[in-house]
This record gives sequence, C-alpha cells and structure tokens, in this order.
Amino acid sequence: MWQLLQIELFKIFRKPRTYISFGAIAAMVIIVQVALKFDGQSYIEFILGSLKETLDIPYATILNGYFVCFIILNLLLIHIPLLIALVAGDEVAGEANMGTLRLLVSKPVSRTELMLAKFFATVVYTAMVLAWMAFLSLVLSIFVFGTNDLIVARSNTLEIIGHNDVMWRYLAAFGYATVALTTVAALAFMLSVFAENSIGPIVSTISIVIVFTILSEMQIPLYDRTVKPYLFTSHMLGWKGFFYLKADAEGVSIPGTIENLPAVLRSMGILLGYIVLFAGSAIVVFKKKDILS
Amino acid sequence: MIKIFRCFLVLTAFTGNGYGQDAAALVQKVKAKLDKVNDYEATGEMKTNVSFMKVPAAQVKVYFKKPGKIKIRNEKGISLVPKGTVSISLNNLLSGQYQALDAGADNINGTPVKVIKLLPQDENGEVVLSKLYIDETRLLILRAKTTTRESGTNELEMQYGKFAAYALPDKIIFSFNTQDYKLPKGVTFDYDDGSQKKKENGTKESQRGKIEIAYTSYIINKGIADEVFK
Repeated sequence: MWQLLQIELFKIFRKPRTYISFGAIAAMVIIVQVALKFDGQSYIEFILGSLKETLDIPYATILNGYFVCFIILNLLLIHIPLLIALVAGDEVAGEANMGTLRLLVSKPVSRTELMLAKFFATVVYTAMVLAWMAFLSLVLSIFVFGTNDLIVARSNTLEIIGHNDVMWRYLAAFGYATVALTTVAALAFMLSVFAENSIGPIVSTISIVIVFTILSEMQIPLYDRTVKPYLFTSHMLGWKGFFYLKADAEGVSIPGTIENLPAVLRSMGILLGYIVLFAGSAIVVFKKKDILS
Repeated sequence: MIKIFRCFLVLTAFTGNGYGQDAAALVQKVKAKLDKVNDYEATGEMKTNVSFMKVPAAQVKVYFKKPGKIKIRNEKGISLVPKGTVSISLNNLLSGQYQALDAGADNINGTPVKVIKLLPQDENGEVVLSKLYIDETRLLILRAKTTTRESGTNELEMQYGKFAAYALPDKIIFSFNTQDYKLPKGVTFDYDDGSQKKKENGTKESQRGKIEIAYTSYIINKGIADEVFK
C-alpha cells in the first residue's frame, strides 16, 4: 500500500498542473499582503464601518500578521477548492484519457487498494496545498506584519482575540480546512471515475462547489431550513467557528473557549461523512466498472 | 435650543436652589483636591461591555497630565476605547469657565450626595452640560454625567479606596453611546453555528456601551513625557 501511495504521489507531482495551485496561491497571498501593507487602513476602515466615529481605532496594531492571515483565508478558502479539483478530478479520468487505466488494473493489486492509494495521494496533495497556504498566509504574514491581538469581523459582532490565544485556533482551523478541502477532493475523485478525460470531473466539481456556495450564502429562509444544512459547502466554513469565542454575562470574551464547539464538531462530522460517501462510492463504482480504456 | 435649555437651567437654579454660591464653593473645594495631582500613570484591568463586541479583559495603563491630557494604552494588545474617554478625567470636567448650579441632593449606594450642574461658559465647547454627584464629606465625585455635542451623554461612576486622598478612584465605570455594527454576510462569509440566529431572536440590544477599569496602582506626580500622549 505504501509503495502504491508513493507511486501515485510520484505521478501527481510529475505533472506540471500540480504546481499551478502552489503558484496561484503564492501569487494571491502575496498580492493581498502587498495591498494590506500599503493600504491596510482602508480595509480596516471598511470592516469597522462607522465605529471610527465613536471609538479610537488603533489601525497600526490591528493590522498584524494574524489579522492579515484571517483576511487571506477568508478570501481564498472559497477559491482553493477549484485548485484542488484540478488534481483530484484527474486521478482516474486522467489515466483513462492516457490509456493507462487498463494496464494499471491488470497489475496484481486489488482495485480497492489502487483506489485507496489514489485517494490518499489526493489527500496528501490537499494537505500540502494547505501547508503551503499556511506557510505563506500565517508565517510570512507574521514575519512581515508582526503579531498582536486578532480582530475578527462577523456580520454583527466584532471579536477581539488575545494574541496568546490565537495560534492554536489557526492550527485547528487549518486542520479543519484540510478536512473541508478533502471533501471537495473526494467529490472530484468520485466524478473522475465516471469520465474518460479529466475536463469533465474538474468542471463538474467546480460547478457544484460554485452552485452550493451560492446557495449556502444566500439569506433565503426557504433554503436556510431545507437545503443549506445538507450542503457540504455550508459546513466548509466551520473553520471560522474556532475564532468565535464565548463571552460572560458582562460581554467579556473568555480566552481558550469556542462559542459553539458542538456545532463545529457536527459540521466536521458531516464533512467526514461526505468524504466517506464520495470516496466509498468511487471505490464501489470503480470495482464494478468495465474498463475499456 | 441649547440656549433655551441653558436659560431654563439658570432660571431653575435661581428660583429653586438659591444663587448657586454653595455649589460653586463645593466645586472649588473638590477641584482643589483634584489639583493635588499634576500627573499620574495608573495600571489596571479594563473590561469592555458593548453589545456587538466580544473583548477579553485587558491590562491597561492610563496616563494623565495636566491640564487635560489623558491616554489609555493597552501595551500588550488591542483595546477599542470610546472617543469620549477624555471625560474619565475629572480634571477635564472641572477645567475651563463654567457656572455651577445646585441641583439638589441624591443618594448613591447609600452615600448621600450633592448634585451640581456645571454649565460651561463656552457656548461652542464640546461639553454642553455636566452633572456631578459629590460626596460632600469626603469631597469626592461619585458620579458624573456629561452631555456632549458629538457623542451624546456619557456617564462616569467612581469607587474610591486607597487613593481617595488624591481623589483618584480604585474603579471607574464609563458608559457611552454606541452605534449599530453591521456588515453584509457576503463580505464576512460567516459560519452559521446557530448563535447569531439566537441573538437576532433575543431582546433588542442596548445602544449603550460600558468600559470598566479596576486600578491596581498609581504613580502620582512623578512626571510623564508628552510623547506618551501622541
């Protein structure tokens, strides 16, 4: 199994398209960092709205590495699934397109093992994309902007998190984001089984993510009750739950707490359920598939 | 409107409570006590209670220097301090020209107090009216309500202890007006963990914010550089 995984990883990282994600993430993160370095105050004024009329805003200290990282994650974690689909959608369909799939299944390895190796290789790739993003958005931002307390803007609440209470939240958030993006990878992987070339599964995955994201973000009560709770995209934002704190009766936030941990864990459970469903379906379908290419 | 309000106050003072001579004398005595402090650097813990904010308790330093410089600093983090905090310095309230009017007596936590209204002479100043609740025996201001042009009405409550001799409080509670905070969900991409819906369905949130500073130490009259206030 380990050898199969190594082979699959070798195949993934041999393809130039694999590095598109790393390059795109680097470009986007650096563009945001440069913009905030030179005009971060405008962005802070935007998110704080009219509060500057009643409160003294310490712009210089708000614009720190933790804050910049949160902005980057907020902007990019919605778009990263598209980059994940590029590789995951190619896993099986790419082999079919190149005509190597029949050769592959003729080897003395079970189809389940083969599919598991391909899926785990996709998970490793997803984790590496996120590690790269974490390095650029968190480590590089801390290096450039320094550290201080983190301000998180919600639609009707401002959270201030003490600087010594932030790092574990980022680690948890990146861990959660890995699960969330693995869900997208699993979806693309499943669709990849049904196609003979990778364009179909990649475009289908991107389309599903876009439609579901729009449905998740629309504030329409009909969808809120019926559709939204079941969309995996609604739960992909669960990483933010680690940045929502509990407050005491006087409105003072309690360091080290999470406002609604059961909801975050439930969302994570739903995502894990989707991963099992998508990856399991891919294996079942692939096992029964008549491979002609 | 403000002029009519001032005339009304002056008339009330003259007809109901004598000529305000006692009030002015009392304020002068309180001011003389406050004047013993030229500057201070105080350390304390600040708690912020604003309906739309969740802020951890913060260690802050409060700097004051005559005639009216004051600065609250959170040196290890971020604190969003209301703009009207200049009122937390009583010296600032009692500086300048004003007319002191006796507004009767009251009671704060069992302590009888004299209520004095201060009417600034400067019609264009930021402060329109101040109302002081003074403990006559200890010559301490226990509560101060300040109506300003820009920030509405601020209220300051003080509890005294070790530093009462300098008229410096051990604890202050500063209440101020706040505005609603709202950002489109399409900008914040909030994670819906159910807590916001509970909040929206709950009682209407207060438009008043509160900061509470519990002082642990004061360094008095040791000199403070002007750079601190920049």
